[in-house]
Amino acid sequence: MAAATNQARIGRIGLYAFLVTTCLFFSIPLLVVISTSFKPLSEVRDFSVFQLPAQMTAAAWGKAWQSACTGTECAGLHIAFWNSVRIVIPSVIISVLVGSLNGYALSHWRVRGADTLMLALILGAFIPYQVIIFPLVKIFSTVGIFGSVACIIAVHVLFGLPVMTLLFRNFYVGIPNELVKAARVDGAGFWRIFLFIILPLSVNMLIVAAILQTTGIWNDYLFGLIFAGHNNTPMTVELMELATTSTGVVEYNVSTAAALLTALPPLLLYFFSGRYFVRGITAGAVKG
Amino acid sequence: MAQVSIRKVVKAYEGNVQAVKGIDLEIADEEFVVLVGPSGCGKSTTLRMIAGLEEITGGEIWIGGDVVNDVPPRDRDIAMVFQNYALYPHMSVFDNMAFGLKLRKFSKEEIKKRVDEAARILDIQMLLERKPKALSGGQRQRVAMGRAIVRNPKVFLFDEPLSNLDAKLRVQMRTEIKKVHQTVRTTTVYVTHDQVEAMTLADRVVVMNHGVIEQVGPPQELYHNPATRFVAGFIGSPAMNFLSAQITDNGGLAVELADGAKLAIPPQRRDRYAPYKGKKVTLGLRPEHLTETQDQEKPNVVQMDALVDVVEPMGMETMVHFFVRGEPVCARVDPNLVIKPEQTLRLAADMNNMHIIDDATGKVV
Repeated sequence: MAAATNQARIGRIGLYAFLVTTCLFFSIPLLVVISTSFKPLSEVRDFSVFQLPAQMTAAAWGKAWQSACTGTECAGLHIAFWNSVRIVIPSVIISVLVGSLNGYALSHWRVRGADTLMLALILGAFIPYQVIIFPLVKIFSTVGIFGSVACIIAVHVLFGLPVMTLLFRNFYVGIPNELVKAARVDGAGFWRIFLFIILPLSVNMLIVAAILQTTGIWNDYLFGLIFAGHNNTPMTVELMELATTSTGVVEYNVSTAAALLTALPPLLLYFFSGRYFVRGITAGAVKG
Repeated sequence: MAQVSIRKVVKAYEGNVQAVKGIDLEIADEEFVVLVGPSGCGKSTTLRMIAGLEEITGGEIWIGGDVVNDVPPRDRDIAMVFQNYALYPHMSVFDNMAFGLKLRKFSKEEIKKRVDEAARILDIQMLLERKPKALSGGQRQRVAMGRAIVRNPKVFLFDEPLSNLDAKLRVQMRTEIKKVHQTVRTTTVYVTHDQVEAMTLADRVVVMNHGVIEQVGPPQELYHNPATRFVAGFIGSPAMNFLSAQITDNGGLAVELADGAKLAIPPQRRDRYAPYKGKKVTLGLRPEHLTETQDQEKPNVVQMDALVDVVEPMGMETMVHFFVRGEPVCARVDPNLVIKPEQTLRLAADMNNMHIIDDATGKVV
């Protein structure tokens, strides 16, 4: 009996040792990036990558935000940060709301050709988007909005919709259709049912969808590079510029600080809304 | 308050499957009508067509003097109670009941007055602040009814409202529904597959099968004078006994069972059955008309012997099961009798209450 518990305890210790080692191993790159970003340039030049900063300084962070050179301009990432914000917020709101509206229509109303539509959406969700970049560029320049904030928002909404629609449709299928019928008899139409019944019931799902979309759109590089235009380049594109613009010495501390700055918003979002994420994914819509 | 007319109504789905095959039904103002039948008989489809939740393929539905075929549900002035209650989970009981009124732009005071009144009728005043998930099944059903009552609509529609409740609560809520109807007297169409519910609630019962109406009538009439074999077998619990038989005339018109037993037909029915002489028919006899023998038999009661198979004492009655040439028969006898399986029991069949079904048409003659 005692031997058995002892054995189990040794097993536990082994398991945790393995997990801790694995965690450390995978976090090495992140730790290196964080420690480098707090080093002064003199320490970076030593190429002592794994050394912790001897002299902690946030100077690299300040430079990355305010004055680092990206291409020919030297104003850091703060302009690009606000560009990203201006792109992300409307894209997320529109794609999440339209996606939930689509999902609601497809799951609770009889739509002509709904099955074909669903198939098209599923295909749409898996199409490699490099394929349609060129036609899209042509279309947007014909319409005359190519290289504007509206253009990049439209692209993000378009590419977000299939997944958003599928996500919401599958969530709404779990809401009993009788609720919609009861609301129809009570006197509500398509829009009022959506506003007063469906949306209030999907708060968790809305948060999950918003997190997914925010992360995806914030981290996007390709669309931002192609569609946003020179005055609206998002943070990811500017980060790339910053890292590849070198005048003499490569300022790794500034690059790493810039990379962390760019990665921070989605990270913070996960920290503060993670519990909704778990809840949204596991919640079983409505019972009884 | 209004009457409802269903005229030659057809519901066909893609692939030409007809769920409802042209039914006619007139429902009077303040009447409580129950549509009953096995699953797939078209009763729920009919109800949803009245509600406007299902398109009408053919025919017309009238509510209170207007054709409502193309009127959306919200403009039909109806209220519906669903099997799974369909309460809005994010709203309190009060808001659930007030939702329809708010959408119709009633004043705050009027809404409060109506909800309080409905809550009083249903005895749920103390639940108004709760969310549906904090309610028991019976309470949820009350709230669902409350949501219908506050609207004071022309017609109440009930779609199997008691099927999700346990047996005891179902009986209790059945009484409640009847009481509510006696109070508010709104025209009601009620769908159920439970014939006991149909019998106890309805002013008139509509028995449906395979998309057609088999018979319409007050519960007692359906019970005593079923029009078809289906109605005879569907209404009544335990079900009517059916025995293959033949009408013979060897010294008096009689029903001859498969085992050769001859049951004399009462004189007043002879004219009715004489044309079926020699034809294959089915004898229908309810268990309560097949009982233990009495010292002093009434006229037109004939006796037969049964080899008892199973005895089921129910307290106020005892059911005795046996077979006649492989066909199961159930008799209802005095609970004080001591009956054992395998014993031979002499039973009395009350031929005044028998039914003869023409096997060719399925109709009761």
